[in-house]
Amino acid sequence: MIDSTIIEVRDLWFSFNGQPVLKGVNLSIHPRDFLAIIGPNGGGKTTLLKLMLGLLEPGQGSIKILGQYPKEVAPRIGYVPQEIGVNKSFPISVLHVVLMGRMRGGGGWWRFSKADRTAAQKALERMEMWKYRKHRMEELSGGQRQRVFVARALVAEPEILFLDEPTASVDTKGQADLYIFLKELNETVTIVVVSHDLSVVSSYVKSVACVNQQLIFHDAPEITGEMLEMAYHCPVDLIAHGLPHRVLRTHEDQ
Amino acid sequence: MLEALQFEFMRNALFAGILASITCGVIGTFIVVNRMVFISGGIAHAAYGGVGLAFFFGLSPTLGILGFSLLVSVFMAAISFKAKHRADTIIGVLWAVGMALGILLLDVTPGYNVDLMSYLFGSILTVPTSDLWLMLVLNCLIVLTISYLYHDLAALSYDEEFARARGVPVKVIYFLLMAMIALSVVMIIQVVGLILIIALLTISPYIAEKFSRSLIEMMFYSVLLNFLFMLVGLWVSYSFNLTSGASIIMVGAVFFFISLILERLRPKRGIY
Repeated sequence: MIDSTIIEVRDLWFSFNGQPVLKGVNLSIHPRDFLAIIGPNGGGKTTLLKLMLGLLEPGQGSIKILGQYPKEVAPRIGYVPQEIGVNKSFPISVLHVVLMGRMRGGGGWWRFSKADRTAAQKALERMEMWKYRKHRMEELSGGQRQRVFVARALVAEPEILFLDEPTASVDTKGQADLYIFLKELNETVTIVVVSHDLSVVSSYVKSVACVNQQLIFHDAPEITGEMLEMAYHCPVDLIAHGLPHRVLRTHEDQ
Repeated sequence: MLEALQFEFMRNALFAGILASITCGVIGTFIVVNRMVFISGGIAHAAYGGVGLAFFFGLSPTLGILGFSLLVSVFMAAISFKAKHRADTIIGVLWAVGMALGILLLDVTPGYNVDLMSYLFGSILTVPTSDLWLMLVLNCLIVLTISYLYHDLAALSYDEEFARARGVPVKVIYFLLMAMIALSVVMIIQVVGLILIIALLTISPYIAEKFSRSLIEMMFYSVLLNFLFMLVGLWVSYSFNLTSGASIIMVGAVFFFISLILERLRPKRGIY
């Protein structure tokens, strides 16, 4: 089953301004996995995601996505960045944000094609946002904006979808809606979601990786004692949600 | 106003105004949405060093400003691209150093007797025809470059991370944008002078941003507004014998404050 690896991270090291961020990270993700990357703030979750997207270059080690270097497969990868980086008062319509997902960088006097517009309509309809296509982004609620960003990532029909803290500015109902949708999408698309919110781990994902400089992978939707030991900042959100599913594994000696 | 157009200087002023309106509307849009007002101010003021250099070495002042502000813009781009948060101090220093350099060079230039004020406050009524041609060329260059890079610029301005992921060469485009700001500074110094450039680059895009649904619309309305400010400003300047650059800015300022008041009165848009 070695061939079926869609993301292969081998002995990855990365440091920023001389500070080590990731130390010897290994990770294999299989097609149609739904991986949650959790860990404390500053533990390297987002860095790992950016390395997998080709936005950062590894210091040591290698990353292969669909058998190639991240930059080479960029058009086959969908990305929902954190909303902090978005220019909120920017004059842009919902439709145009989604069309941006079909663009290619590097200039040229070109316009979005008919096919681009059809794909954008499909993506917006899928996210139930088509009726807002003419609205300016700043007129939408946090949850609605997030749906548009997911539509923008889906419009290029990616094989892998990366999401960075997708529920940060979304209310509880919006969060649940988003994960229900992602679970459905997961039937055809491999999903990697970075989140500090552990409640998602139990209910929606298939595997968990906890990152705090090092990475611990667990091929089931639960957090192991080992993960807690490595980064006990992790379970911050554990208690508050009161979900019926057990997130923490019971202790062996009980 | 119409009878004023029989004078060549008035016709030239009008052409210069139209050309500057286009540049300011297009480039100003990117300055406003990317919050680069301070950096543009830095380039504009540091450009005075170019005036000093040109007079000291006996070159054409336009050429001096062009070369020097391009140099400064590349330098500022390099600083602000690397360390966005520490950049403002260095920009502030360059701002002052450029001006100081210009003043000192003019001090030591023998027989210097050029009207300093025209570079600080503009001299749209004395724009020579040769400068109009240069402005036209720069204008075409800027509009062509912006239209070529439109999608990249829009993506970069809206969501840099996502733009990178879509293969937008973010660094190159940022440097190009800074260079274009420098080019527009060269053009606009003629019209309103370097002290007042910021107003022309920012007032109209700021107003236009409120009712635009895309960058293109924002540019279009900014150009129209700038053109309006120019016309009314020139008319005020001609009728009441006032400094033209300052009159143009004052007209813009009136519109700016009206737009602020209207925004207060209008109910917040929203759909939820």
